This record gives sequence, structure tokens and C-alpha cells, in this order.
Amino acid sequence: MKAYFTRAYTLSASHRLHSDSLTAEQNRSTYGKCNNPFGHGHNYRIEVTVGGQVDPQTGMVINMATLDGVVRTQVLERFDHMNLNHDPLFANRVSTTENLTMAIFDLLATQLKPAILDTIRIEETENNFFEYSGKH
Amino acid sequence: MILLTRRATFSASHFYWNPAWTQERNEAVFGKCANRNSHGHNYTLEVTVTGAIDPVTGFVVDLKWLKDLMELKVLSVYDHRHLNHEVPEFANTIPTTENIAIAIWNRLEAPVAAAGTSKLSRIRVYETSDIFAEYRGEAAE
Repeated sequence: MKAYFTRAYTLSASHRLHSDSLTAEQNRSTYGKCNNPFGHGHNYRIEVTVGGQVDPQTGMVINMATLDGVVRTQVLERFDHMNLNHDPLFANRVSTTENLTMAIFDLLATQLKPAILDTIRIEETENNFFEYSGKH
Repeated sequence: MILLTRRATFSASHFYWNPAWTQERNEAVFGKCANRNSHGHNYTLEVTVTGAIDPVTGFVVDLKWLKDLMELKVLSVYDHRHLNHEVPEFANTIPTTENIAIAIWNRLEAPVAAAGTSKLSRIRVYETSDIFAEYRGEAAE
């Protein structure tokens, strides 16, 4: 039987929303205070959902310790207490949470076999959240 | 399609143990969850149903009916119980959050369908606020 398992993680990072393809004026009007020159930060809450067969030996879709290890090495050690704009993944794309959600999906997608990464959901604040389930 | 979800909580104890394995292997795979003295959680259960909206009442289902059904079929069996020792479906199945979600689906699917106004869409079980499992009635791929 296929079930889904979700685990939430938090990371704290700074960013600045700024596009090199826009003028300074356009950046300010598009991103508002998110374009302030020195950046700002968030406590991101990241929900990682994996789907798959429930292993009859363990009763699990994925061992949580395995998932924790992959998320720690692939995501938390990379982004926690970092400036997202300085990461190579954001050299050519704006560090919006949409793009962060897709970047984290791509970082984890191949690492969880035989479980399958189903969805990444990121809460930037308690009122803003973003979700990506891969290319369909 | 409209989805309607009702939430409830129950408190239960459990441990993870595969009797086909040695103690060492159980402890290696399940960590502190393998402690035979058990531990417990305040679980949050979310039951989601889907169906047509009744043009007279505006309801998919009567939420009081759904509450009573969850109480009768799940909470009265699980709440303040030891899942391994007191809930029959976990006599030979490890009560992981995944298996709890599937077991609750199996308890509710038929009575929801029998009522005729909706069908079960999703069972979500939170073990803590940061961990939950979900079952949508899908067979293995």
C-alpha cells in the first residue's frame, strides 16, 4: 500500500529579492521591502513529503533517520545560517521561496530511493507558503 | 470537487518492534522507538471526505455525524490505549504512523461509503506537529 510520510525541518537564512534583468526602480516596485539592499531573513519551515510502499518489515515508507540524514547533508548544512543569494543555485535566479522550494526538491529528488519525493512545502512565514511536486 | 476535513485528537502509547529481528537489529532500525517499555504521543487525526454538496443543507456530510463516526470507529478504540497491546490491527503490524493512517482508513472507508453521501478521501495522522503520515487509499505501485 502506498502512503505518504512528512517531516518538517527549519532553517534560518537571509536573502534579498533582486533581479539583474530589472532596473533599480523596477526592482523596488516589484519586490518592495524585500529588495532592501542589505537583505533580510526568515525562519523557513520545510515540509518534506515522501511517498512509497509501506515496507512490511518496518511499517515505514522511509526510515526517519535516513530522511533526516539526507535533508541535513543536502539542505540544512547548505542553507542554514547562510545568505541564499550567495549560493551558486541562486547566482542566476532570484532567491524567492518559489525558487527555493524547487531547488530543494531537485536537491532531494534523487537521494531518497526507494521512497519517492512527493512534495516540498515551505512556509516562509506563517502566512506565506509554497509547494512544489516536481515537473508533471 | 470539495473536500471536507474533521480533526480529532487521541493519546496512545506504542513501541516499534519486529519480532522476526534480533534486539540489536530492532534497536538499530527503530532507535529509541524500540524501547519495550513504550512511549506515547498526542496524535492528531484529520479525516477528509469528498462528495457532492446537498442542495438543501449545503453540506457534503453532517459534521456531527462524522464526529460521532470517528468517535465510534477510532477514538473509542485508540484513545488512552496501548496500540501494540490493545488495538487488534497492531497485534502483528508495527504501529508506525504510516500503518496507523492505513488502519484508520480501513476502519472508516466502509461506514463513510455506506452513508451514501460522501467517500473517504484522505487520512492524515500527526504523531507530532512536525511528523505526519497520509493515506489516500492507493494500492502499491
